Amino acid sequence: MSKLLLKGGRLLDPRAGVDRVADVLITDTVIAAIGEDLTDPAARVVDCRGLVVTPGFIDLHVHLREPGEEWKEDIASGTRAAARGGFVAVCAVPNTRPVIDNAALVRFVVEKAAREAAVKVWPYGAVTKGQKGEELAELGEMAAAGAVGFTDDGHPIERAEVMRLALLYARQFGRPVLDHAEDRSLSQDGAMHYGRFSTLAGLRGYDPLAEEVHVARDVLLAEATGGHVHIMHVSTARSVEIIRQAKARGVRVTAEVTPHHLALTDEDVAGSGYDTNFKMNPPLRSAEDREALIAGLADGTIDCVATDHAPHHRDDKEVEFGLAKNGVVGLETAVGVVLDALVRTGRLSLERMILAMSTRPAEVLGLRPPSLRVGAEADVTVLDLEKRWIVRAEDMVSRSRNSPFLGRELVGAPAATVVSGRLVMEGGRLVGW
Amino acid sequence: MGLRRKDLLGLQDLTREEIDLILDTAESMREIIDRPVKKVPTLRGKVIVNLFYEPSTRTRNSFELAAKYLSADVQSVAVAQSSVQKGETLLDTARNLEVMGADLVIMRHSEGGAPHFLARRLRAGVVNAGDGIHEHPTQGLLDLFTIRRRKGRLSGLKVAIVGDILHSRVARSNIWGLLKYGSEVWVAGPATLLPPGLEALGVHVTHDLDEALDGADVVNVLRIQLERQQKGLFPSVHEYARFWGITPQRLAACKEDVLVLHPGPMNRGVEITSEVADSHRAAILEQVTGGVAVRMAVLYLLLGGGGTGE
Repeated sequence: MSKLLLKGGRLLDPRAGVDRVADVLITDTVIAAIGEDLTDPAARVVDCRGLVVTPGFIDLHVHLREPGEEWKEDIASGTRAAARGGFVAVCAVPNTRPVIDNAALVRFVVEKAAREAAVKVWPYGAVTKGQKGEELAELGEMAAAGAVGFTDDGHPIERAEVMRLALLYARQFGRPVLDHAEDRSLSQDGAMHYGRFSTLAGLRGYDPLAEEVHVARDVLLAEATGGHVHIMHVSTARSVEIIRQAKARGVRVTAEVTPHHLALTDEDVAGSGYDTNFKMNPPLRSAEDREALIAGLADGTIDCVATDHAPHHRDDKEVEFGLAKNGVVGLETAVGVVLDALVRTGRLSLERMILAMSTRPAEVLGLRPPSLRVGAEADVTVLDLEKRWIVRAEDMVSRSRNSPFLGRELVGAPAATVVSGRLVMEGGRLVGW
Repeated sequence: MGLRRKDLLGLQDLTREEIDLILDTAESMREIIDRPVKKVPTLRGKVIVNLFYEPSTRTRNSFELAAKYLSADVQSVAVAQSSVQKGETLLDTARNLEVMGADLVIMRHSEGGAPHFLARRLRAGVVNAGDGIHEHPTQGLLDLFTIRRRKGRLSGLKVAIVGDILHSRVARSNIWGLLKYGSEVWVAGPATLLPPGLEALGVHVTHDLDEALDGADVVNVLRIQLERQQKGLFPSVHEYARFWGITPQRLAACKEDVLVLHPGPMNRGVEITSEVADSHRAAILEQVTGGVAVRMAVLYLLLGGGGTGE
């Protein structure tokens, strides 16, 4: 029997109405007791005084790159990065090589994760065969094999009829369709947000309408079919407004935003000297868009923060800006960035952050959210709101280091990660690796 | 005095004093071009590499001649036909040039910021010969050189830049340069060919060509790339010529002594009529000569003009 005692932290679980200083005794995989001055000589003690103990963080949007591009990341390295970043579970998108579009590949991820992963891995299946946007993949088979949702992320589902069918069909299995909203006739091959700063930098502009037109379409299709659409990496003010109005009408739409879209803007791209770590899809948007994203997250229009952790090898980024691959890593910086840019500045309450990074991600997938209650599975994240640290490539455990936050000082960090009762990270260091 | 910089990447980050220095130096270089023996030993022993990822006869020849007049050794690499086809990255190409002993790399590339990428990785200097839709600084400088020669000044002018501003690196370099001298810059073109946010720089933006031309001292006519029409950014060459083509009638709105510039090569009858292009108001061939002089000045100031470099 393994025992873990989280001592003296501020327990904060907004959904369960918990906000108190107490000890948490974990026995094997469950929270066995919560109270003051708990002791157990058999327990490993983690000193949580001055720290915040929360339900475990879940990242809905992670590229683990396995199978197919293991030199960028694999299940082992990606989940170690997640553990270090304070996450107890990650959802792996299926745009791998080959594409995860059948039950055998879903099982491959589930089984490999059971052997090698530092945190829980919940795979998505592709919506369409080969992510080609033409024919539905075997969604039911994949759901039965453990797929928690379906997405063609990396590719928008361009044909409205295919999206309509996907929403109708996935609904039967109680799973969401997560869409990468992009009308490619409008985004074209834009390298950064279309606006004043793309004009200044002389980079091809990526029109925000490319996302907004697609979000509006998805919302209408969800409304018509009763299906659940989840909009991935929302980046513009008008998208937020479309989702806000749809939610008010009762449409089953949920949404996520990335830490980098919450913290950075197109001005940062222009000021980066063509640093390709600032290139992603969707691109960093205007300051007005960023404000709308923060407001949308604060008022619950945007349900979750998800990293869109997209590891790329150095060779894919050490090229001309317009030719560089899209995407940035995010697992190891997400908590620090959100705490620093939003919570510390008073833009987002700590309670709302916990809901957006722990409770809501599970609810979006129809799963029981982690909770600080006796009898609940012991998935716990501990936060240090005061820790001052600098993001350094050499400290990262991900196989890739393509982060726009390199060199940036952040205040706030994950202090410990407990996955099903097992301490996997403490004080920024992985435990047991 | 030389330029206290290793690279020339754009007019955005040049000071007015630096531009003055380049233009003043270009005046003396201009004289060399008129000599019977067009060669001075200034850059003897220096190695300049022309690295063109995009075809460009005019700019490449202009840089080559400028280097040769100054006695530098010039190597032209038509990358489009060689290393890129073999999959070589820009970084590997840069490392090769470094070890081959290049002193200066002149680079044309279809991606904005590519010369900045190279400049950060090379000890050698880098001159931007046009990067995507970003900047074309030596074209901007030669336009300023031509305007200064004809008008005697760069301040207090009304300059209209007409055409495809969205895709024009020439327009951006001109805008940066002219604004540094306090000239009034107007841009005019179809809505589909204007980029967002120019107003924030202090540029007047209009879809009404006559408004832009009203009282203009200089009209800078941009080249229309016909493939834009195939992409549907404007409906037809005919319609473009009707609304945006520079004709003698349109020029009547400008000042009597208006100066017409065009970076070439021209689509005669589309963005500019032959009557205008061949008139005394146009300085299109003078721009070409000035281009060599300006590029000589840039090479001289970056490589041999007594600058400390960085």
